[in-house]
Amino acid sequence: MGLLDYFRASRSKGSASIARERLQILVAHDRAERDRPSYLPKLQEELIAVISKYVRIDRSKVSVNLERGEKQDILELNIILGEDG
Amino acid sequence: MARIIVVTSGKGGVGKTTTAAAFAMGLARRGYRTAVIDFDVGLRNLDLIMGCERRVVYDFVNVINGEANLNQALIRDKRTDNLFVLPASQTRDKEALTKEGVGGVLNELAQTFDYIVCDSPAGIERGATMAMYFADDAIVVTNPEVSSVRDSDRMLGILASKSKRAENNEDPIREFLLLSRYSPERVFKGEMLSVKDVQDILSLDLLGVIPESMSVLNASNSGVPVILDEQSDAGQAYMDVVGRYLGEDLPHRFIDLPKKGFFSRLFGG
Repeated sequence: MGLLDYFRASRSKGSASIARERLQILVAHDRAERDRPSYLPKLQEELIAVISKYVRIDRSKVSVNLERGEKQDILELNIILGEDG
Repeated sequence: MARIIVVTSGKGGVGKTTTAAAFAMGLARRGYRTAVIDFDVGLRNLDLIMGCERRVVYDFVNVINGEANLNQALIRDKRTDNLFVLPASQTRDKEALTKEGVGGVLNELAQTFDYIVCDSPAGIERGATMAMYFADDAIVVTNPEVSSVRDSDRMLGILASKSKRAENNEDPIREFLLLSRYSPERVFKGEMLSVKDVQDILSLDLLGVIPESMSVLNASNSGVPVILDEQSDAGQAYMDVVGRYLGEDLPHRFIDLPKKGFFSRLFGG
């Protein structure tokens, strides 16, 4: 590697750093997905069905999340009711 | 009682068979009675890399189905007395590898061998999951390249959840990273993920780094595991890998640029 190459390399960021950033995000996402219990999507469907009996809800405004902690896991259920609900 | 080591990666073409052949040969050269098994049913290649392709009579599936016994199927390496190859079947499909069948063969081998090296096929289907299921240790072969790193992480998830050790709540499989086809020059230029990048992402113990090397193709061309090419960088890197696996504290080599003089550095070359 010559002097010119050195300046060229240090000027452009190099694609390795892009690879690193993409992988960090991707692997974190893959792992979160992997650790999710398989019953979550079904649970979400059934919750929507039950709640819909009583109030009108937008299904895109329902989220079910499981957060794993050191001592306890938290099942978080978030439903945004419509303005007229 | 033997220790079972799986060589895995998810992605194909990263160097699993090269690694399984070199690693098994290295263990045998250290005096351990070692068997290396090809789990790639339908696409066998370990026999070629080991240079025993013309001596295959019976295979892994024959033994599982009771059509041959282990002694008939195991091929003794001509260079090293302690080393035996169990080839995959070329004609059957992967469904022939049942959990009971594979477990039975591994159990029988474990009576008389010190190490059993399982060469996994690419992918996450039956051959790959069977190669992992009974493992005590896993060598995850990874190239410094995005798809390989991602696939390796996926394999770590499977190793942690779908192995015999996981199902029986035993100590988990010990997992090691083996980074292959590494080019310090390209890392220096910022074109390739570094050892540290890959280690940070996968958080694994580093068993070794195998440099991109002409000697690997030379070795496979001639059916000689590259670890026997003692002059080559890749051969020496694999010898270090075996040493580290056996508990020796060896510094990592071949991960820095070779030192050059001031003038050649300034003007290139």
